[in-house]
Amino acid sequence: MLNWLLLLPLVMGLLAFAVRVKPVLQGLLLCTAVAHATLTMRLWGGEARAAAVAWHGWLQLDPAGTLFLSITSLLFLAAAVYGVSYLGKECHRYPAGHQAVFVGCLLLFLATMTLVCLAQHLGLLWVAIEATTLASAPLIYFHRSSRSLEATWKYLVICSVGIALALLGTFFLGIAAHRAGGTLIVSELVGQAGLLLTPWLKVAFVLFVVGYGTKVGLAPLHTWLPDAHSEAPAMVSCLLSGALLNNAFLGILRMRQICGAAGLGAFGHGTLIGLGLLSMATAAIFIIGQTDYKRLLAYSSVEHMGVLAVGFGLGGWGTIGALFHAVNHSLGKGLLFLTAGNILEGYHTKAIAEVRGLRRLLPGTGLMWLFGFLALTGAPPSGAFLSELLVAAAAFQAGQPLIGVAFLALLTVIFAGMARPFLEMTGGEPPAVVAERRPQESLLRVLPIYLLWVGLFTLGWYVPPALRDLLTRAAALLGG
Amino acid sequence: MNLLLEGLLVLIVLTNLLMLGSSRLGVYIRAGALQGVGLAFLFFTGEGGWPEISITGLALVTMIVKGLVFPMLLFRTIRQAGVRREVEPYVGFTASLLIGVAAWGFATWVGGRLPLPGIIRSDLLVPTAMFTIFTGLFLIIARRNAITQVLGYLVLENGVFTFGVALETSTPFIVELGILLDIFVAVFVMVITLFQINREIEEIHMDTSRLSTLRD
Repeated sequence: MLNWLLLLPLVMGLLAFAVRVKPVLQGLLLCTAVAHATLTMRLWGGEARAAAVAWHGWLQLDPAGTLFLSITSLLFLAAAVYGVSYLGKECHRYPAGHQAVFVGCLLLFLATMTLVCLAQHLGLLWVAIEATTLASAPLIYFHRSSRSLEATWKYLVICSVGIALALLGTFFLGIAAHRAGGTLIVSELVGQAGLLLTPWLKVAFVLFVVGYGTKVGLAPLHTWLPDAHSEAPAMVSCLLSGALLNNAFLGILRMRQICGAAGLGAFGHGTLIGLGLLSMATAAIFIIGQTDYKRLLAYSSVEHMGVLAVGFGLGGWGTIGALFHAVNHSLGKGLLFLTAGNILEGYHTKAIAEVRGLRRLLPGTGLMWLFGFLALTGAPPSGAFLSELLVAAAAFQAGQPLIGVAFLALLTVIFAGMARPFLEMTGGEPPAVVAERRPQESLLRVLPIYLLWVGLFTLGWYVPPALRDLLTRAAALLGG
Repeated sequence: MNLLLEGLLVLIVLTNLLMLGSSRLGVYIRAGALQGVGLAFLFFTGEGGWPEISITGLALVTMIVKGLVFPMLLFRTIRQAGVRREVEPYVGFTASLLIGVAAWGFATWVGGRLPLPGIIRSDLLVPTAMFTIFTGLFLIIARRNAITQVLGYLVLENGVFTFGVALETSTPFIVELGILLDIFVAVFVMVITLFQINREIEEIHMDTSRLSTLRD
């Protein structure tokens, strides 16, 4: 079963490189996304079954993996539906070869992210996370403009260098596990945690946080993120932000699991909380006065990864809150990046100051731009409100009121900083030049946005028992 | 065997110093290739005599990729993109060498503070790997040319790999192969991106200081 989950996008992706007919490419993208989502749903709740283990335990679907895989698969489905329309409309400007590379890389990106969620061997996990960078780099330079090329170059160099440090951490972990037989499989490391050499384990943890933290976008290692997210096509930004960042966090979480079992729990917590608050503060500074709406969303991703880091650092309720926030972040950021794609197509600009009157010109998109903003920044009732509340509560419960206050204050500042551009863009009169062009909204590019919003809104007052159960088990596994 | 191991480690250290002090791109690429080949020979320094077939194969692949494919790819890029062969540094060459020596001292100090379990067969190994990592990071930061950034990344990976080779027991063959494949594809994608940059933005000439449109 797990093999199929991996092979499906891999084979389809390689196949796509050879296809030159647009409808076939669109079909390939959509069918693979639907099949991947179906397979993922069938694996829900069955982590203990034999179907959930492959390659002698190197691949295994544990509760945390299930959660992140489901988010990835769902978001990919939404992006694929959107992408079918995107390829139909915008791609007449690009030769067929570019489109084939685009669809092929999208599917390979899905394959590598699937491998990240399933990998239990930390060496394999590294290979998978580095592969996500390589599969997604060509997606960012799809437009072939000087700006997108610059963004791709920074993404490649900064992330590759960062991830190289995580590989060093992986080897250090191998040295630390010398007495445990040098294994790098998470469950075996947790089982024999008492035998690990503490000094090497500590250095390994720091290298994991720095290395994978670069990919997660934790400040001050986030510099590639706003460039890549703002220059990539809409559904690529949606996947980078909603799926990739979470998956990269999984690398840090696996290491935290091992450190927790080895009795080093407190060692990593301070680092995570500090980096988390720093990320939120950095995001707040760049969100206030931001002039580009896609960069605004990118900095909001930095903020959300900060929320995750604070939650995981606090432990207890914080872990459940952070896991739940990962779900909300994905739904919300996916929805807003896809909406931003519609705005960009309608207005041909990313400048906040030049977008006015969304509500009149693109009613469906405009409504979601406003509602999506409210849901994402944690205005009740939305899932993000609940998850941020849980993290804040964890701070007070852990007897760290200062962290709790700083956390809430930063959230408030960011909410206020984001409110102005969103309100200004939605209201007002559309510029005459744009109004004359009469931009249209196609159903395929609005439908996925509404469905994501319904999900995010519903989670605010009803968490399905299956999801609640999964969150609890994932938190228990990760050593909340 | 130990003599071979220490000889190879010294070779790696010397290639690092060569790159820190040189002003020619050609020297960088050749020194990087030599370092990669030296790294591949580390596979043959194990205690148990001649290694298994799979390890031998891995060493051969490493040698071909790092010693042959990468230098050819980079030289081709320089020729076709008309890159200047002179390296323009942010930090001068003498200063770079001095920083290199300081980094070596630091690497030795760090190596001395981490207790070595039995698997590490030479006291030089940890400092050499650390020094190579520092050199790679330094080249990425302190040189303007985009090709040197790719080389810096390769040197960094060589340093990390030095640890990996030392731990022959704990990283299985398939993972080592995956890592090598990743690095290969990374360099490949980087070079393609460089070609694109060179074609779209003509006046750049691989000078990364001109890639500064995107900012807040």
